[in-house]
Amino acid sequence: MFKRLFSLAIAFVLVFALAGVAAAQQGGKLEIFSWWAGDEGPALEALIKLYNQKFANVEVVNATVTGGAGVAARAVLKTRMLGGNPPDSFQVHAGQELTGTWVVANRMEPLTELFRSEGWLDKFPKDLIDLITYEGEIWTVPVNIHRSNVLWYIPAKLQEWGVSVPATWDEFLATCETLKGKGVTPLAMGENWTAVHLFENVLLAQLGVQGYRDLFAGKLSWTDDSAKAAWTLFDKVLDCTNPDAASLSWQQANDLVIEGKAAFYIMGDWAAGYMTTTKGLTPGEGFGYAPAPGTSGVFNMLSDSFGLPKGAPNRENALAWLRLVGSVEGQDAFNPLKGSIPARIDADVKNPQLYNSYLQSAAADFAKDALVGSLMHGAAASEAFLNDFQTVVSVFIATRDVELASSAAQALAETTAAR
Amino acid sequence: MRLNIDRLTALAVLAPSVILLAIFVYGFIGQTFYIATTNWQGLGISDISSVGLRNFEQLFIGSGLPFFRFREALVNTVVFTVLFIAASLSLGLLLAILLDQRIRAEALFRTIFLFPMALSFVVTGTVWRWLFSPRSGLNTLPTLFGGAPLPPDQWAWFTDRRQLITFTWADASRLVLIAIIIGLLAFAAIAAARRRPVQALIAGMIGLSLIGWVFLGGAFEALGNVVRPAHGVNLAMFSIVIAATWQMSGYTMAMYLAALRGIPEELREAARVDGCNELQVYRYIVLPLLQPITLSAMIILGHISLKIFDLIYVMAGGDNLRVDVPGIHMYLTAFRGNNFALGAAIAVIMLLLVAFVIVPYLVNAFRTEVRR
Repeated sequence: MFKRLFSLAIAFVLVFALAGVAAAQQGGKLEIFSWWAGDEGPALEALIKLYNQKFANVEVVNATVTGGAGVAARAVLKTRMLGGNPPDSFQVHAGQELTGTWVVANRMEPLTELFRSEGWLDKFPKDLIDLITYEGEIWTVPVNIHRSNVLWYIPAKLQEWGVSVPATWDEFLATCETLKGKGVTPLAMGENWTAVHLFENVLLAQLGVQGYRDLFAGKLSWTDDSAKAAWTLFDKVLDCTNPDAASLSWQQANDLVIEGKAAFYIMGDWAAGYMTTTKGLTPGEGFGYAPAPGTSGVFNMLSDSFGLPKGAPNRENALAWLRLVGSVEGQDAFNPLKGSIPARIDADVKNPQLYNSYLQSAAADFAKDALVGSLMHGAAASEAFLNDFQTVVSVFIATRDVELASSAAQALAETTAAR
Repeated sequence: MRLNIDRLTALAVLAPSVILLAIFVYGFIGQTFYIATTNWQGLGISDISSVGLRNFEQLFIGSGLPFFRFREALVNTVVFTVLFIAASLSLGLLLAILLDQRIRAEALFRTIFLFPMALSFVVTGTVWRWLFSPRSGLNTLPTLFGGAPLPPDQWAWFTDRRQLITFTWADASRLVLIAIIIGLLAFAAIAAARRRPVQALIAGMIGLSLIGWVFLGGAFEALGNVVRPAHGVNLAMFSIVIAATWQMSGYTMAMYLAALRGIPEELREAARVDGCNELQVYRYIVLPLLQPITLSAMIILGHISLKIFDLIYVMAGGDNLRVDVPGIHMYLTAFRGNNFALGAAIAVIMLLLVAFVIVPYLVNAFRTEVRR
């Protein structure tokens, strides 16, 4: 018995040693870390395929960790980075998720030089460049843009119920009563993060563009009356949502709208991808879209991007990857499949072969609207703030205490800014 | 001690596991304790400094909502542990007694009841999430018989936000502190009566100093900052208890069944001869003999419930306040919020909670071994 165990152990050691030798000799690898699998997998694979056409001898390792809307992936990434084992490039939300977590911790390489040599400095919108700039350097390459403040509905159903698309929250609250009278849930909502997503758009409508920017820049207090008014409004809006929200994923909440059990849904425009690809609906006819109430002329954005961690094992391959990700060719390969619009302003968005009517309208808005960064999706606030803010929202949903929520949010803003 | 070949072999064989355990279990427990006393936040590790026990202080009496959430999680864990152990033990015992009646196809039933234990909590969580989904799960059962589905807002299961018994953290802490003082003083009195002066002195001193803390040091004043929302017995927790009991009651059944089979028939016969009816046989003969099994089962279930993470994370999501537990809160604080120091502090408290259950049991078991 012991003999057997012993030989087994020896065998293990040998296998690992051999594997180590093999890895050291190979070279020519590129490890891409992301949480894109399932519905979002094909978009990333299209990029990887394009990369392999150019660099046939590089073996691309597609390291995805699924679950929890990226929470599980980010947890794994953090342990890898802390353990000194970074991937060559990883997916990160442009904005505070990038700077607050990675750049201030001195774990990224600046990419300003890359932007300059590729001539990208005027190929991305200025607001977006500002978002990925910290202390004068650019830190990541945005691959796409998603919009957070979209109101989704089914036009035929609205006609049946005799309601129109609300342009403001006051209109929505009036519509809410009508719909309740007909036994329809006015606004679909899912698990806690979708509530935070809803809140950020209520907040944006209540504060306006400047107020919203000031709030996250620390120039406006969460205990200011205008910010408190957002919680009061959120309280009323929550009364229009389904009571079983906590049991639904964002797709299941979307299904309530598709099935005619709920009238409206506020979700990022990955919902358009879900409804066109998975549910087979036509944008504009099968499902309708409008800016979330009170946010017309504002584009609440989030952007997925790829950065270059310090100590990336295959730095040259990673730089080639970033060049592809930031190119028109790469963005036009990725975005139609992902259901997002390109971050570059000179991509082929007018091409109906690539981008459907929803994406074209989003791209048109992106070009002319005021841009603000999403809270829930890592653009406006650091992960430290966002993590605890999700607690604030879950406590607010349970207690509906406006004073408590606004003072708690202000306390968070102060403690996390000090970090 | 003489070093002969046998001893050397024993040492050589033991050494690897001892060294690995020392590093990978106790070393990292030590590191976690250390991190819990620092201010480590974020992915930078250059400016970490010690803050003493501040993280623990914040968790118990801090005014921020993240600390409120920790306390909600702690209350939930206590509620869950009590309900889960009570339900698993009683259901397991009932099933074991029923199976012990020499029924037909006993092996079949035994297997059926034991099977859920073979699943992982992730599977159990997924299945019960579907079953308890207010819109589509068990609530639609009446429609099979032509009735209307149960209303989702009344039968909300794990999404329920209602609380049964509510209390503030400050009140609960006061009660617990008073209970501890009374317990210590009572223990001291008993020890003194039994002529154990050392024990009596230690317990008495601790009790008196706690009283001093209350009156002189302002133990209660520190609770003034604690935020308002009430904690309580959350209705949503019952759904989790049902799912966990479904999984683990088969295990307690197996333990009880083994113990029942170990009770000699002669004992029962003797009781019957002495005039016991069947109920009395169980009350006076069987149940007392099952006591050690009950203790073992409580220890095993207790440490599962104190550490629980996967079942609730899968079933009810990570930010569902009413069913939050320290394990989930720790994971999110450390790996989503990058607050590694506070996460480590929560982990330490969880370890202490489990140690509270396990250590007396281990000490007891160790003593029995030695006696043998």
